[in-house]
Amino acid sequence: MSVILEMRAITKEFPGVKALDQVSLSVEEGEIHALVGENGAGKSTLMKVLSGVYPHGSYTGDIVYDGQIKAFRGISDSEADGIIIIHQELALVPLLSVAENIFLGNERASKGIIDWRETNRRAAELLARVGLKEHPETLVDTLGLGKQQLIEIAKALSKNVRLLILDEPTSSLNETDSQKLLDLLLEFKARGITSILISHKLNEISRVADTITVIRDGSAVSRLDCREGISEDRIIRDMVGRSLDDRYPARDPKIQAETAMEVRNWCVTHPLHNDRQVVKNVSFHVKKGEVLGIAGLMGAGRTELAMSLFGRSYGQNISGTALINGEEVNLSTVRRAINAGLAYATEDRKTYGLVLDETIRRNVPLADLEGVANGVIVDRTKEADVANLYRKRLNIKSSSIEQETVNLSGGNQQKVVLSKWLFADPDVLILDEPTRGIDVGAKFEIYTVIRDLAASGKAIIVISSELPELLGITDRLYVMNEGRFVGEMPTAEASQEKIMATIIRSGDRT
Amino acid sequence: MTQTTTNTQPTPVAVKSPIAFLRSHMREYGILFALIAIMAFFQVATGGILLKPVNLTNLILQNSYIIIMAIGMLLVIVAGHIDLSVGSVMGFVGALAAVMIVNWGVPYFIAGLLCLVAGAIIGMAQGFWVAYFRIPSFIVTLAGMLVFKGLTLWLLAGQSVGPFPKQFQLIASGFIPDLLGGADLNLFSLLIGVLVATLILVLAIRNRTEAAKSGSIEEPFSFFAAKNGLIFIALVYMSYLMADFRGLPNVFIVMALLIAVYSFVTSRTTIGRRIYAIGGNEKAAMLSGINSQKLTFLTFANMGVLAALAGLVFAARLNTATPKAGAGFELDVIAAVFIGGASMSGGVGTVVGAVIGAFIMGVMNNGMSILGIGIDWQQCIKGLVLLAAVIFDVMNKKKG
Repeated sequence: MSVILEMRAITKEFPGVKALDQVSLSVEEGEIHALVGENGAGKSTLMKVLSGVYPHGSYTGDIVYDGQIKAFRGISDSEADGIIIIHQELALVPLLSVAENIFLGNERASKGIIDWRETNRRAAELLARVGLKEHPETLVDTLGLGKQQLIEIAKALSKNVRLLILDEPTSSLNETDSQKLLDLLLEFKARGITSILISHKLNEISRVADTITVIRDGSAVSRLDCREGISEDRIIRDMVGRSLDDRYPARDPKIQAETAMEVRNWCVTHPLHNDRQVVKNVSFHVKKGEVLGIAGLMGAGRTELAMSLFGRSYGQNISGTALINGEEVNLSTVRRAINAGLAYATEDRKTYGLVLDETIRRNVPLADLEGVANGVIVDRTKEADVANLYRKRLNIKSSSIEQETVNLSGGNQQKVVLSKWLFADPDVLILDEPTRGIDVGAKFEIYTVIRDLAASGKAIIVISSELPELLGITDRLYVMNEGRFVGEMPTAEASQEKIMATIIRSGDRT
Repeated sequence: MTQTTTNTQPTPVAVKSPIAFLRSHMREYGILFALIAIMAFFQVATGGILLKPVNLTNLILQNSYIIIMAIGMLLVIVAGHIDLSVGSVMGFVGALAAVMIVNWGVPYFIAGLLCLVAGAIIGMAQGFWVAYFRIPSFIVTLAGMLVFKGLTLWLLAGQSVGPFPKQFQLIASGFIPDLLGGADLNLFSLLIGVLVATLILVLAIRNRTEAAKSGSIEEPFSFFAAKNGLIFIALVYMSYLMADFRGLPNVFIVMALLIAVYSFVTSRTTIGRRIYAIGGNEKAAMLSGINSQKLTFLTFANMGVLAALAGLVFAARLNTATPKAGAGFELDVIAAVFIGGASMSGGVGTVVGAVIGAFIMGVMNNGMSILGIGIDWQQCIKGLVLLAAVIFDVMNKKKG
């Protein structure tokens, strides 16, 4: 096989930081090349150099593509050569149709007049190639994330892609959609399209990748050939620079007899569709000192359940009772829920978790400002002390508490969100996808915090789409599917197969 | 890089070198430098007229109502909204005051109070739709602007109403009496100026020692000293100049109090913090238990009261209420807030910044008028300054 892309000794500096230091990357034509590394290691920066987001001249080193040294001045240059990048945050316009999105900026038109027949016909062809049966005139915002991701790929195909770059394509997809996407990559490979896959999910990488480049702290530390068989532990060791004997902290459950929270017959209806019940008659309990997991596929209603409990932040016609420490509580507003001892750390920390333009110091006490104030006046010394305390305790990597949270990496942002809720000192803490998009090292730190909290007598509810994670940190699991709780099991007796089987069987019943 | 602080408990922040610090805080210092530069320019260009005691006093009187409204607008904009109706509300309240005092003979004190209440109700009426029904503030206040412009015309029946009684006029044109009985110089005014300047200096020093205790000082000492020294000298000099004319205007005292109170509220109280949080990320703030609807509502109510106060000051200054009063003022007020570094998307901005922004506009108006530049070019130049200030902000943010 010939080499399609070679990046030679790429160095990229930002004021005060060397983001990439002499990184070399070599990709063979027709392979799937995985790029792995912790968050902030420089993977995305490298891909931005490649695609021309950082134009020629703003970095040093050479990009050799197809045997020629390239000097891309922008995305349009690299796209003209068939290099297409699909970013983690999807770039579709929700209120335009699928076809319009696919040909956005590349319209099927002559003299500025769009040929809609041709547009829709071509779009239908491309959709078929990515395995979608949607009508080209469907509006994008009516489709789920998995399908939207596939539309991005169809869009890439419309541009005659030769080298497809996918930045964490499955981070927000469920198991089924992820599988579909990976199968598609394998299919592309068979047709000679080269892919670069950035991912944190090692099982996916070992499934599809041919070669792996590991990046750590802005340098390429190793190039591994998967065809020779590489263990996940080896990849992790290269990623973090040390061996993680265990990806999860040791468990020493101190579950108390008392129930921390109990929910009975909880029902929630979709906020817009009156006839769609999203949470159906759910009852559950969690004990003090227990880490409870809620497993389920994307769209099972887990987030909706959590948010409806937390101050009715989701849904309408909510019914059911909730008890905390044996007493029935009123959770009708977020303030009341917090006062009752409940906290909810959201799955989408940027949109719902942090005030990004503000500093760590101002974000940490946000859920309990009274805790750092005398009356209505904020005590800045106390506030700084609190922020410093949590910065140290959760090991938030930052220049100081005065750093704006927008500049922190995903893992550290998540730690700020956790700090906020730890400071509010709840009895029951619901964590929704607490490690989504976070690197291995930071994940371990967050797991440790969760275990420590449970050991101190708090009840923790973890919602996660990553089954190994649930199996690794929880004490007991509920399985949720299509708005119902369809199974309950101690984690010690659970396995990925058993959980999936529970989900599938419950689906058969309905 | 130098290391600081003796306290060992928290991780100390490395105090940045002056240049690095200046670079990362360009937004905050930028407008202060701009104001100084603009004042210096006009002081030279007008041959020293700008800072003549009589002109300086005039400058403050002319801009007092803009500054009063800019304080309220800052809160509205920080909360992520906008209020286009303030000019009309101001005109309407002025008209209401005139009708009550001149036509109906209501005692001016009671009338003034009723006007402030009216302002609050107007603000609440608009805030209600914005906060609880999520109607975009641009639309609600655009409607408000038309409604109150219309109501002003109706109230005054298209005529000017005036004059006001002497005591009412004193709101805008009075000066605080010299209790110390100075001859040429209003000693009492000077004393107040010196006291206030000293108080600000003492507070700044106390803040710095407090911050040192928690290890969160970033500002190099040279900057701290230069900035606060400059503010102290500027305040003392300004009060000396005004004392040399007729003393501190009543409006100036009102304004200074408002600036002090609102600076404190925005930076030091839980309610202030929460307004910044809802402007920065409303969803995150709501999920942190912050009642964003109530705060938005209150922010608009507050804006209404301050617009009413500005209306009273303006009517007292002109000594008459005219149907045209306040027209277009909302634009000056909004411009002042944005020049002062607030962000269109909310969550960013300071009261002091907005006040400096208002002064930049005021000094330019005043300076250009003295130079005899026509209203045509004045408008153009002001527009370009607004654009430049915001471009500067955006570029700076990108770099950081």
